Amino acid sequence: MLEVTGLHVAYGGIQAVRSITFHVNEGETVALIGANGAGKTSTLKAIARVIDAAGGDVHFRGEKISRIAPHALIRKGIALVPEGRGVFPRLTVLENLRMGAFIRDDAVDIETDLEMVFGYFPRLKERESQLAGTLSGGEQQMLAIGRALMSRPKLLLLDEPSMGLAPIMVQKIFEVIRAVASAGMTILLVEQNARLALQSSQRGYVMESGGITLSGDAAELLDDPKVRAAYLGE
Amino acid sequence: MDIFLQQLINGLVQGSIYALVALGYTMVYGIMGLINFAHGEVVMIGTLLAISVAGGLLQAGWPVALAGPAGLAAAVLGCMALGWGLERVAYRPLRNAPRLTPLITAIGMSIVLQNLAMMVWGRNYLGFPALLPKAGFEVAGAHFTAVQVVIVVVSAATMAGLLALVYRTKLGMAMRATAQSPAVARLMGVDVDRVIAAAFVIGSALGALAGVMVGSYYEIAHYQMGFMLGLKAFTAAVLGGIGNLGGAMAGGVLLGIIEALGAGYIGDLTGGFLGSHYQDIFAFVVLIGVLMFKPSGLFGEKTGERA
Repeated sequence: MLEVTGLHVAYGGIQAVRSITFHVNEGETVALIGANGAGKTSTLKAIARVIDAAGGDVHFRGEKISRIAPHALIRKGIALVPEGRGVFPRLTVLENLRMGAFIRDDAVDIETDLEMVFGYFPRLKERESQLAGTLSGGEQQMLAIGRALMSRPKLLLLDEPSMGLAPIMVQKIFEVIRAVASAGMTILLVEQNARLALQSSQRGYVMESGGITLSGDAAELLDDPKVRAAYLGE
Repeated sequence: MDIFLQQLINGLVQGSIYALVALGYTMVYGIMGLINFAHGEVVMIGTLLAISVAGGLLQAGWPVALAGPAGLAAAVLGCMALGWGLERVAYRPLRNAPRLTPLITAIGMSIVLQNLAMMVWGRNYLGFPALLPKAGFEVAGAHFTAVQVVIVVVSAATMAGLLALVYRTKLGMAMRATAQSPAVARLMGVDVDRVIAAAFVIGSALGALAGVMVGSYYEIAHYQMGFMLGLKAFTAAVLGGIGNLGGAMAGGVLLGIIEALGAGYIGDLTGGFLGSHYQDIFAFVVLIGVLMFKPSGLFGEKTGERA
């Protein structure tokens, strides 16, 4: 579904991502793990057209998307939940969710999807008229994921959904991510919490200094001695 | 007492005009953090366009009931195009430049537009055609005219319409989202360039309407009129908290009333030393006072170091 070939990302003269190639198949959850600064977020940002790639191609469902206008990406069916959540702090929870459905005109189905999001995150329903900036970090993460779902994406890109959250909140967020995945969503998950990410995925890629050093079945990666030593703290 | 009521009415009228112009400053600032100092010139060009079109049609024998709306439409459409062009030519190329660069460009555009207007309409004061009836009313010892009533009513209706646009429509929601985070708004599928252009176009339309009102009120216009009007409206926007729509409206009306009351009483206060033609002092005392004591304005959020 998503084919990344020879992707390069550079900031000024510094190479953040060096010619990486990987793919995500329809319906699977793929984890991209690695240490801080390995280039995971840069990879995701380049796919989502938040930054320009310095080289390489990204194809989505057979169509080249690495040069399209950034605001056109979501219409192709790709939604990014950005690192740090990126909710609109001075819009209400409900308005944030409606912004997620900005590209849609099917008013009736939007209401249905709102109920679906509130079903995943009842907390958001309780706070729907509150300004998003007043939510806790975990609630903002729920909102950011809910907002991305409101566009009815075919591919969900998640950037560090566990970052800065209390363990109980991380559990809740990942429960929903797994529920969304089992409802058929294709997910590319970038995480520093390697164990959690691999436990929630079918396959994984390990990034190190801008390149992919390991790849394979999530379960195999969890058992890989190198991964265990470097990322699982064993 | 009747001088108080009289000046309150005069201030409300002037303040409605400031409010409409202030909205143009505050919308653009709210979305991209830029003070569009050329906005006063957009208002001036709206006034002069209305004079040319309405005045020309009246001379050609059109009735006021047709020439007036035609002049207003020409001003509004002309200014919308001008605002769109300004953003496209002067500001969009500087989107990622340091903040001082577009500010200086704005001052430059203001000078360019003034000089263009001088070349087109000349250096002389131009009479504004009488588009509204001159009827006057007297209530509780205060005198006011039909023009004043129309200005206040139309301004209030226009501002209500703008609030409905910003808080009730999808474009308005996209504008508020873009103001808070252009990058995330883009992820939602918002064409940020178009939203910014829309802010300029809507602000310019409001400015054109204000320009036609100023012309109708003072019955005179000039290529330099946009400078002082622009500064006053900018003051009103800062007073209300720049970037805040309700603040610009309240700040405009408040500034108009402060000025009018100041002008009404300055003679008494200074024992006749200063006359009402010193009324401009008040706007700038207000501006300096706000910047010193409450830079975020009366209703402004503390936006911190917004880029």
